[in-house]
This record gives sequence, C-alpha cells and structure tokens, in this order.
Amino acid sequence: MAQSNLRVAMMAGTLAISMVGVGFAAVPLYRIFCQVTGFGGTTMRVDAAQAATVVATDKTMIIRFDANQRNGLPWEFKPEHPTDTVSIGAKDMSIFIAKNLSDAPVTGTATFNVTPELAGKYFNKIQCFCFTEQTLQAGQQVRMPVLYYVDPKIMTDPETKDIEEITLSYTFYPVEDPKTVDPAGEGS
Amino acid sequence: MTSIAATGADLHAHDHHDADHKPGFFARWFMSTNHKDIGTLYLIFAIFAGIIGGAISGLMRLELAEPGIQYLQSWASMMAGKDASMDEAYHMWNVLITAHGLIMVFFMVMPAIIGGFGNWFVPLMIGAPDMAFPRMNNISFWLTVVAFIMLLGSSFVPGGTGLGAGTGWTVYAPLSTSGSVGPAVDMAIFSLHLAGAASILGAINFITTIFNMRAPGMTLHKMPLFVWSVLVTAFLLLLALPVLAAAITMLLVDRNFGGAFFDAAAGGDPVLYQHLFWFFGHPEVYIMILPGFGIISQIVATFSRKPVFGYLGMAYAMVAIGVVGFVVWAHHMFTTGMSVDMKMYFTAATMVIAVPTGIKIFSWIATMWGGSVSFKTPMVWAMGFIFMFTVGGVTGVVLANGGLDDNLHDTYYVVAHFHYVLSLGAVFSLFAGFYYWFGKMFGRQLNEFLGHLHFWVFFIGVNVLFFPMHFLGNSGMPRRYPDYPEAFAYWNGVASTGYAIMAVGVLIFFINVFWSLAAGRRAEGNYWGEGATTLEWTLSSPPPYHQFETLPVIK
Repeated sequence: MAQSNLRVAMMAGTLAISMVGVGFAAVPLYRIFCQVTGFGGTTMRVDAAQAATVVATDKTMIIRFDANQRNGLPWEFKPEHPTDTVSIGAKDMSIFIAKNLSDAPVTGTATFNVTPELAGKYFNKIQCFCFTEQTLQAGQQVRMPVLYYVDPKIMTDPETKDIEEITLSYTFYPVEDPKTVDPAGEGS
Repeated sequence: MTSIAATGADLHAHDHHDADHKPGFFARWFMSTNHKDIGTLYLIFAIFAGIIGGAISGLMRLELAEPGIQYLQSWASMMAGKDASMDEAYHMWNVLITAHGLIMVFFMVMPAIIGGFGNWFVPLMIGAPDMAFPRMNNISFWLTVVAFIMLLGSSFVPGGTGLGAGTGWTVYAPLSTSGSVGPAVDMAIFSLHLAGAASILGAINFITTIFNMRAPGMTLHKMPLFVWSVLVTAFLLLLALPVLAAAITMLLVDRNFGGAFFDAAAGGDPVLYQHLFWFFGHPEVYIMILPGFGIISQIVATFSRKPVFGYLGMAYAMVAIGVVGFVVWAHHMFTTGMSVDMKMYFTAATMVIAVPTGIKIFSWIATMWGGSVSFKTPMVWAMGFIFMFTVGGVTGVVLANGGLDDNLHDTYYVVAHFHYVLSLGAVFSLFAGFYYWFGKMFGRQLNEFLGHLHFWVFFIGVNVLFFPMHFLGNSGMPRRYPDYPEAFAYWNGVASTGYAIMAVGVLIFFINVFWSLAAGRRAEGNYWGEGATTLEWTLSSPPPYHQFETLPVIK
C-alpha cells in the first residue's frame, strides 16, 4: 500500500513538473508561432531572391510610418515621409531618420510591428534595422532604410481583403550595455 | 470503529482509547498530521483571510460610494506615515484591488473549499483512516500560512509608486516588471510560488488518497460527488498551477536578472505573459467552483431525500468542465488583437462549457423534483447557490462572445459576472457546506433561525451589492478605478449600501458560530436523517480522532 501510494504520488509529481516544462517551452513555441502566422502584428522576413518572385499588382495600399522612442533615449526619431502609397506586391524603400540630440554616444535598439495586426502575415520586410543595436555619436544623424513589400495574397484572404491602410511602427529603446558597436544603418 | 461515541460528552469517557487519543495542544495543532485537524486549521485560516479580504473590499466600496476621492489619500498617508501624493493614493487603490483578489482566490476560497472541506470529508466519504501523506498535508497548510504572511508583508515595502504590490491579481507585465520597482511585487510573486507549491502538494495528496485508499467496494463510480469534484479539482491544480509558477518565475527573471521574456524592447512579448497566466487562470476559476458543485450535490440529495439525479452524468460533467476549461483561456484576452477566426474558436469553445454546466444545474433541479424537500439552512444556501450561479453563468455566456466582449471587457459587467459565480457561487457553496457539516465537525449544530436569518440578509446584501454592477458595466464604467463620473453615482451608492447589508449578514454568521460552539444543540451521528447517506454520517459527531480502524465495506 505504502509503495503504491508513493507510485501514484510520483506520477502526479512528474505531471506537475512536466507542466512547469510546458510553461517554459511556451516561450520559444510562442515566438515560432508568431513568426509563422504573423500573430500580433509580427511582420514577415524574406530574402531578396524570394522577394524577386513577387509580381506587383495595380491595386494600391497606403502605408503609414510611425516612429517612437522610449523615455530616456535622447534621440529624435521620425520617418522621412509619414505615408507612402505603394502598389501591392511592389517593393518599396522607406527611410527613418534618427538623430542623437545629446552630447555623448548613445546606443538604442528598435522593435516594430504593424497594425492592423492581421496584416503582419502579409507585410514582408527584405531589409530593416530591427533588433540591431545602433550607436549614434553625439549629434550624429543617420538615415535608416526599410525595404518591404505587401504580399498580394492580402487581397484574397477574407480577413484582410478590406484593409486599405497599414501602419508600420518602430519604437527605439535605450540599450544600457551595448554589446556590439554596429555602425548605424548597416543592420540587416 | 468499536468506540464510536454518540455525543461529544460521551467522547470524553473514551479519551484514553486508541482511536480517540489526542496529542497535546502544541503537537496537535502545530505539528498536526490528522486530516480533520488540518481541515479545521484550513477553515480557521480561510475565515481569517476572508475577514481581511472582505475588509479590503469594504474599504473599496467606501471609497466608491460617492464620486471623487474621499478617503484614499488619507489611507495612503496612514500606510506611508507621511503625506501621500495623489499618485501614491492611486497606487494604494491598485494595492487594494490586488490584495482583495489574491487573498480571496488563494487564501480564502481555495483553502476553505479544498484544504478545509476537502481534507475533512474526502477521507471520511471514501472510508479512509486519513490522507495518504499526512505529513505532506501539514507542509501544505503551513506553506499556505507563510505565503499569506508574505503577501500581507508585501503591503509594507516599496512597490514602485508607493507601498505594496499594485499589479492586479493577474500580475500583468510590463506593470509588474518595469512598472513596479521595489521588493513588494517580488514578495507577492514569492507568495504565489509558495501558495502554488502548497496546492500542488495538496493535489498530489488528494489524488493518491482517492485512487488508493477507498474502502473495499467503493469503486470510482460509487464515490460521492464531492469526492469526484475534489479529484477533478486536484488534476486541474496539477496541470494549471505549474504553468503559473513558470510564468511568474519568468517575471522574477525579467525583474531581477535582466531577463526579457516579456520585455518588448529586447524582443520579448508581454502578451505571452497573458497567455501563460490565463492558461492557469481559467482552470483556476473551475478549481474554485468545482468542489462547490460537489458540496451542493451532496446537500441537494440529502434534503430531497433522493439520490442525486443522473449521478454519472454529474460526475462526468465535472470532468468535461475540467477538460474543456484548458482550451478556452484566450476569452480573457479578446481585446489583445486576435483574428476573427481565433475569436470564433474561443467564443464557441467557451460556450460549449455551458453544456456540462447546464447538465449540473438541471440535474440538481431534477433531484429536487418530486423529492421530499426540507428547507433546512444548508438547503436554502444550496438553492441560493443554484440561482446565483445560474445568473453568473448566463452573464458568462454573454461575455463569451468575442464581439460583445470588445465593449464589455474590463468593465463592471465583468466584475458583476465573476462575483456572481464566485462571491455568490463559491461563497454560497462554502456557507452551505459549513451549515451542512458544522455539527459533524464540531459536535454542535448551528442555530437554524440564525442560519436562515444569515442567509436572507446575506442573499439580499450581495444582490444589492453586485446586481447594479451589471448596469454600471453596460454603461461603460471601467473596473479598477477609484473614481468615476457623476453619471455612475446612483448605482455605485446602491452597491455600497449592499455591501453594508452583506456585512450585517456576516456578523450574524459569526454570532451563530460562536453561540453554537458554546451552546448549540449537540449533534448526533446522523443529524440530517435518512437523506444523508454518505459514510461520514455513519460516524459520531465529531468523528473519533482516528476513524475507520476497521474499513467499512460498501455493498
């Protein structure tokens, strides 16, 4: 009886411990899920070769650009043009301008997403400056390009076919201990 | 079983008999391994925590009785020992709502319904001498006490804008990470770790006890429904709490060790925390209500003098609720930006839960139908439960609609909904169980008149308190604010009046408990008569210190 009790308890304990594992495994799984499905406005990344196969259509889409920085980052950060009208499927380059307003070098890193969040699946970036640390010297100004296109499949998905405008938003955060000194603009 | 005494007075005559030999005071209550004593400790602890959690909601209703900020700033000044700023006063509000939620969930309902009634009656109902791991049972209880002290202590250390953890019971990042510097939130998280560990150990104990220690002849399909409900609950605890532990450990890493699980600046995602939390949080609400379902089933059958209608359906309805409860979590997150397809899935899956819940409601009614119903205090509480829980269930089906929830999310409509299922559902089942088993546990019965008076005052009080919240939520009053525009003043005033009525009801309850303990009618072994058919009624009231030395045999 005592041994049998111990066996049941061990089985139950194993179940509990494996659920802790499931909890932690959710972190990488969720990241993969977002990358694959564009969940929560996660944009897609494609390489240039893949991008070359996409055919531009004659329907246009308004793309808005939004730039923010978190408190404590002494930068001016703004898009060169607040909106662009692009043909769906056509590659477009947009420029964000960042300027260090302080008199010391400052490192920042940017996160991004798109709204409506459902459009994330079809917003493909060929090149951008996301998640790379950017160090700006005192007073330095850089132009940071984003090369992207909107996948024509957006017009056939019932959930997204009514979207006429997509906002691409970047937020720069200060980095406290910069790991690499990456010259601005060369991030992938 | 040779020495079952009929009354408490007779028990003294048997003090030196093995079955009823009790250790000294300190060893008995502080090193307890007896399931009945630990159950009693849990009940006392839960009542104590309930008074604190209830008093906090009283403070909240006092502040909300009129528009504007009347008391908050002076309370915050009192806590801080200096003149508090308005921001510190608002933080104090967040601390109050956080403490109320965490205390009521983790330190009132769960200890009372699982730790208290579960410990007391699962072994008695299955004919076992004690729990499978009596010493682990002791650890569970004292871990819960330490967790509670830890949570209370967090109110006196810095938590960002002021003293205490002001994150809401959900502890959402980034408010709980970069938004709350200072040790208060760390202490609150540690408190949840301890309470969670205690509950997991308790769950392992219940599962082992129920699987291995049933009396000869008691198959799973002959177990009383309360035991079934605790079994399902134990599995929910085992599967849900570790995920909470993982999530709040990640919070600790983000807060103290430079982690970025939920920090968007470094590629994390705060919404992931919400997914993890609600993967725990939704089963958690069933953890709080399922044992209540079990208690209500016992009571309705007892006072209808009929076996419960559709026993197997009742048991497997609870299993179904438990299983489906794990795949509906994102209905708490409809406003985090989901695709229509996902909303449709979570809406539909949530509504499916109404089916097994409906089976239970209708089976209780069918049990009463044609039964010889006697309206003793436990029965009126049980009927109050069925009525109130159905109201909460209906608003739950309303809220399950992703489209409607866009409007109602985080309004008082939601507050009304979950207080109808918990404060009027789970709490009514607790009171019902308390009136049902008090005589069995303590040897003296509660007073019937005071019990009925308690019921009616409390019933009117909580309805006056919570029903207007539906109106407030429908008109768009958001939850978690200490202030509101003039337009919401009327129904908020009514709600605060309801709180006062309810408080009078609680007072009657305590008068009843203390009066009955001192001078209540002595309880026989089976004081409810022929309707009470489970094994605890074959024993004396209170049962001998060690029961079932000879195992009962179930035919």
